[in-house]
Amino acid sequence: MIVINLFKSTGSFAEDKDLARELRIKEILPALSQDKKVILDFTQVEFVTQSFIHALISDLIRKYNSAALEKVQFKNCNNTIKKVIEIVTDYMQQID
Amino acid sequence: MKIHLSNSTFLGNIDPFLKSFDPSEKDKLDITVNQKWVFVHPIALSMIAALGLPIDKKQIKCEQLVARSSHYLETMGLFSFLGIKSGIKVTKHEPTGRFIPITQIKNSAELTCFLTEIIPLLHLEPKQAESIRYIVSELTRNVLEHAQTKDGAIVSAQYYKKSNTIGIGIVDRGLGVKETINKSHDAKDDLEALGLALTPGVTGTTKKEGGTELNAGAGLFFIKSIASVNRNFFVIYSGNAMYKLLKNKPSRKNIMLHSDPFADRHSSKHNLPYWQGTAVGISISLDNTPGFLMLLDLIRDTYAKAVKERRKLRYRKPQFI
Repeated sequence: MIVINLFKSTGSFAEDKDLARELRIKEILPALSQDKKVILDFTQVEFVTQSFIHALISDLIRKYNSAALEKVQFKNCNNTIKKVIEIVTDYMQQID
Repeated sequence: MKIHLSNSTFLGNIDPFLKSFDPSEKDKLDITVNQKWVFVHPIALSMIAALGLPIDKKQIKCEQLVARSSHYLETMGLFSFLGIKSGIKVTKHEPTGRFIPITQIKNSAELTCFLTEIIPLLHLEPKQAESIRYIVSELTRNVLEHAQTKDGAIVSAQYYKKSNTIGIGIVDRGLGVKETINKSHDAKDDLEALGLALTPGVTGTTKKEGGTELNAGAGLFFIKSIASVNRNFFVIYSGNAMYKLLKNKPSRKNIMLHSDPFADRHSSKHNLPYWQGTAVGISISLDNTPGFLMLLDLIRDTYAKAVKERRKLRYRKPQFI
């Protein structure tokens, strides 16, 4: 299992898509390919954009389907962050 | 090029300002200003600044400003941005709680820095700040990612005490919406392209539902939804077309979001003077702003419906012979 502390990279407002992409490619996808669980820890992150969350997790769902959501967990999200994550996971699971 | 600032240029009555724009003779810029009164939304200032940016400063002319309120143009940094002298002497006020002068953002690092400065400059409470930072981040990243212009985004914002609203203008002189969206779609004209760009799940980067690893095609839909829930104006102008989300009437208690922007209360124009790039203006009320959580619930429902409807369109019909 790996824990990724987002605040260290993003600060309290997580909006940089390039940073999200980097975290996904360099940390999340390699862990998933080794069948490790990933915990995305949002402690101290106050706000996110949909673009950031899309860049962080949409490709995981595209590659691993809904199984990605069994391997990736979201920790210490406030209600706003939870809802943005739900929007992205919803529409990514709706697609063919 | 020529552009005229009338006495009042706000999002609700921006049409005459856009019509006054003459995009010919691209190597010079003549700015004329109403002699009695000037009251403008930041989108207009950002547009003029963006027009003047690539032009030789000797070729930019602004007629002598008489209106007392034209001090506002100086305060917002229009003339220093353009590199010309207005002849106006302004006693500088502390910017805190009032405005963000015209600012050029050319890369991600500058945007990150700007986003940290914007809240204290506008003197916002944390709850009010959420929508503003969201809007500036998403719109400016759109420019940096899609507009393909070295000049980046020209951003300005103003707090209006009387209406307790924040006006934001984010403008670029890049590819424009039609060229960007038509990398994957077939919009016939600029207005159709604006409609596609505002539809959730439609992006110029792919035809695939769900977008690419970096683009979902949801950014502009989110921004329009923020304005809709706030019962405020949202304007996007690109090429020959302009789409304006009109204010929802206060008598309408239940706000509905629409995935089709033309189903919203709106006005549009398809034959305006050609704007190379994209200009976006939005006003956000700080009064009784419905929470971001409510907005996200509405967006989630609307987005899901939109995807279902598009999937249904692709269903094959049984062939009865």
